[in-house]
This record gives sequence, structure tokens and C-alpha cells, in this order.
Amino acid sequence: MKESKVSEIMSGARSDSKADMKAIISNLFDDFVAVSGDRVNGDDPAMIAGYATIGDRAVAVVATNKGQELEERLQTHFGSPVPAGYRKALRIMQTAADLNLPIISLINTPGAYPDEQAEAEGQGQVIAQNISKMLQLPTPILTIIIGEAGSGGALALACSDEIWMLEKSMYTVLSPEGFASIMWKDAHLAEQAAELMHINPEWLKEHHVIDKIIPESWLRDDNNQLRRHIIQQLVNFDQLTPTELLNKRKQKFRSL
Amino acid sequence: MDANDRFRNFVRHPKDALQHYKINVPQGLFRTCPKCHAHFYFRKAGHYQVCPDCGYGFRVSAHQRLKMLTKTYQEWDAQISTQDPLQFPDYLKKIKDAQNKTQLQDSVWTGKAKIGDYSVALGIMDPYFIMGSLAPATGERLTKLFERATQQNLPVVLLTASGGARMQEGILSLMQMAKVSQAINDHRQAHLLYLAILMDPTTGGVTASFASQADIIWGEPRALIGFAGRRVIEQTINKKLPRDFQNAEKVLQNGFLDAIVPREQQVAQLQRVLAIFAAQTWRGEQVV
Repeated sequence: MKESKVSEIMSGARSDSKADMKAIISNLFDDFVAVSGDRVNGDDPAMIAGYATIGDRAVAVVATNKGQELEERLQTHFGSPVPAGYRKALRIMQTAADLNLPIISLINTPGAYPDEQAEAEGQGQVIAQNISKMLQLPTPILTIIIGEAGSGGALALACSDEIWMLEKSMYTVLSPEGFASIMWKDAHLAEQAAELMHINPEWLKEHHVIDKIIPESWLRDDNNQLRRHIIQQLVNFDQLTPTELLNKRKQKFRSL
Repeated sequence: MDANDRFRNFVRHPKDALQHYKINVPQGLFRTCPKCHAHFYFRKAGHYQVCPDCGYGFRVSAHQRLKMLTKTYQEWDAQISTQDPLQFPDYLKKIKDAQNKTQLQDSVWTGKAKIGDYSVALGIMDPYFIMGSLAPATGERLTKLFERATQQNLPVVLLTASGGARMQEGILSLMQMAKVSQAINDHRQAHLLYLAILMDPTTGGVTASFASQADIIWGEPRALIGFAGRRVIEQTINKKLPRDFQNAEKVLQNGFLDAIVPREQQVAQLQRVLAIFAAQTWRGEQVV
């Protein structure tokens, strides 16, 4: 696998072809039943959640969604969840743990949505809850970063046992634009920022932030390769007891 | 004083003299409160460094903040410092400056301390160390704080002040949010209390992890507490935000704080809480 240039990674991660998470989910899983609502005060279209089968196995799915058409993209704030979205994701993940379903989270988000209402509803606090609870769920969690995975808004779905990334996806402390604007007060220097941030998946794997890099083509070849790998991973998870699983998860984050 | 000195004699040369004193007031004699904009003689901020008008607690170094809480303490893990994993340009120089300024290796002080009659594991973040930003060294020291507290059966009191995850260590800074959270989970599973005091500013990844995971959460008067920065939000929604946006008082109203506790009351209030939890007798369910 050749290392990609940061500009290629950035455009690949933000590609329109990855924006429609509903299409990716229906390709990847045999059947998918969506659920709605956070059971507190609403539903967030930027967060898809539900139950699915892959091969002959049942799983729970949580995924951020940018949307295909402009109208949907406006509703999802271009894939940036609000607190209701994170609460919805946590609700499904907790149910999954209760009902012995492994969890698969799919991520393509620039980050949590930054507006006045999200702040008033406790954006930071719900992310903190997701991180805390996810680390304790006694069920296997596999995360696949499809496109962008920005900041705490991505980490809130990625406190997982296995984290995979597509070749042209990025997992960052902040979007390269945000990084450039903090460091040099100029968002146009995003590409230079990305260079310094080491957004390439190889660097992340070397530093044990992620576990596996997936070729871009796997997302398109009717997903057979990716499906096979996911199913194999679920089989591997079966070998562990919940205690072993949680200990491994703990060691993984402790060493970072 | 020479009565004819046109720069000093207010009676004869009021304009010139005024000009002279405008330029020549010694630096630091007067302070301005960044929250209510009151001007006051610097000594009026007092031992606790608060605005005499609105009660805002000024940003102070971790060592100075420590002295406001206790005289009995023992530092832990003082030597942990950065490895500069991104080889970020000029970063090590920046770290060196911050270390000299704060007398800390990274942005948090941790240790065992006495608050009144009670021993606690204490952490204090330093806003003068690259804005109290959360980096791997900070995360490691905080994780060890909770691990040691769990081993020694101690409650944790943590004072936060941070601009969020530190950019110069990239994704590894973000990972600290999960690492510290995990140590907090273990501490809670040992049935031990964690109390956080959110100081000005507590934002970004710190709000989105350990600052919000405490069993009891206090804010300091008028402290900035939030997730996204004001500038980012204003650019997103294209309008100016109200002045009190993300003020501790507003965050309390929204249900995310237990109380606003001014500095001069903190030791007394901490003692009351610690006394209650020291009286804990119920040992919980013995799972067979």
C-alpha cells in the first residue's frame, strides 16, 4: 500500500461518494432496521442507528450521516451531530450491550455541530458521557472510519476494540481548517496544517491509534471484501469473554 | 517637587500633568476584570484573586491555586513531560518557556493533599501552560492521579482550566480524553468520589471528557465553560452571541453544574462534602 499525499487524503475523505451513509449501510449489511429518537427530546438525522444482520450475525449499527441531497445535508449540518444524535447513539449501544449484540460504528463527520443550541443542550457533556459509557460496554465494538473523523465528535463513537480506516480517510484532533485557524489564524492553510498533523492512516497505525487500513476499492466492489473482514472480526471477538474484551480495550487506550 | 514643573503641577498645568500621569502610571497597579470590565487597585483582588465587583476568579498558576486550598501536600509524577511525537516546529521551545513560567513539566499539577481533615488526590490544571491544553503528558499525569487514588482509596478533587486538546500533539492529545475517562471509570467502580471544580476557561476536549464526568461538578463565578469556541460558533450561525454565553451561571441554569462556588468558600464546602462521603457505610451488593 502506497502512502497517499495529504491533499489526496483530504479530498478522498470528503468525497461526495462517501456522503450517503444510508447507501453504504445497505450495501454492507443484509438487512437493516433503523430506529429513531434519543428518548429525551428529539431525533437527529445526522445520526443513523439501528439493528442489522451481516452474514448470519446480528449487530447494532450507529453511523454519522452527511446525506446525499442538499436538503438532507442541511438537516444533518453536513454530518455534524447535535446532542440528541449522541444520546441516540449511546441509547442503541447500551441496548446492544444488554441484548448481547456486537456494535459496528461507521464514522464520517467533520465533528460535533457547534451552535448555540447544541451548547445549551450540553454538547461537551453528552460526548463525555458517550466516551465514559462506551469504554465500559461489555460487548465487542468495531469502528470503521469512512471519511472524516474530526475531534471529540468522532471519538464519541470510537472508544472501540478495533478501529479501521479507509486509505483515504482522516482521524484528526480538529479539522485541518480549524487547526490552521487556531495555529496561524488562517483557515486557508489547511493543507499545510494537515501535513504537520500527520493525518495519513499509516502514521496513525504506527502510533496504535488505529488497527487496520482498508483499501478504498473495498467500499465499492459490492463490499464483499469488507463484509468478509467484518464477519471474520466478529468471529475473532467471539473467542473473548466480556472480561477479556474489556481488559484488552482498557490496555489499548491506556498505552496511548 | 518643583512648583513650576509643568508635568507635575496639576494646578498650574492640568493638561500636561494629566498627560504625564496617564503615561507614567506604574504597570500592574490597576487591573481590569475581563468579565465586568471593572477597574480596581490590584491588591483588592486579594488572596483568592477575584474581581471585587463581580466575583470572577482570575486565572492563576497551578502552584498559586494550590496555596489557596492547602498547606499540606505531596506532589506526584512531577517528571512526566512531552515526547514531541509530531516533531512539531518550535514546539519544544514553547514547552521550555511554559515550563519556566509555570514550574511544571506540563499543564497539570497532581498530588496528594489535605483539605481540612481529609486526604484527597488533587489535580490542578494551569492555564498559563499553553492555555492548560490537554496533551499526552497531561493525560498521563491525570490518569495516574486517578489510578493512585483508586489504589489508595482516596476521593479525587480536580480543578480544570483548559483550552481543550493541544494541537501540537495532534490525535494523540484527543486520545487522552479516552485514557483519562477510563481511569475515572475504574475509580468510580471502587465507589470513590470524584469532584470537579471548573475554572475559567474549561472548554473543548476537557469539557467533553473528564470535566463533565465528575460525580459532583462546581463552577467558579463567571467562568467560561463550554465545548465549541465562541468564534467557531459565531462563524457557524453567522451572528454575535450574547455576552453571558457559556458563563458558569448559564451552564448552571442549563443543568450541567451542581453549584457555583466562589474560591473563598471552596475549602469549607469541600470539607462538608468530604465529610458526607467519609460517612459512607453501605458496602453495596456482594455479587455471588
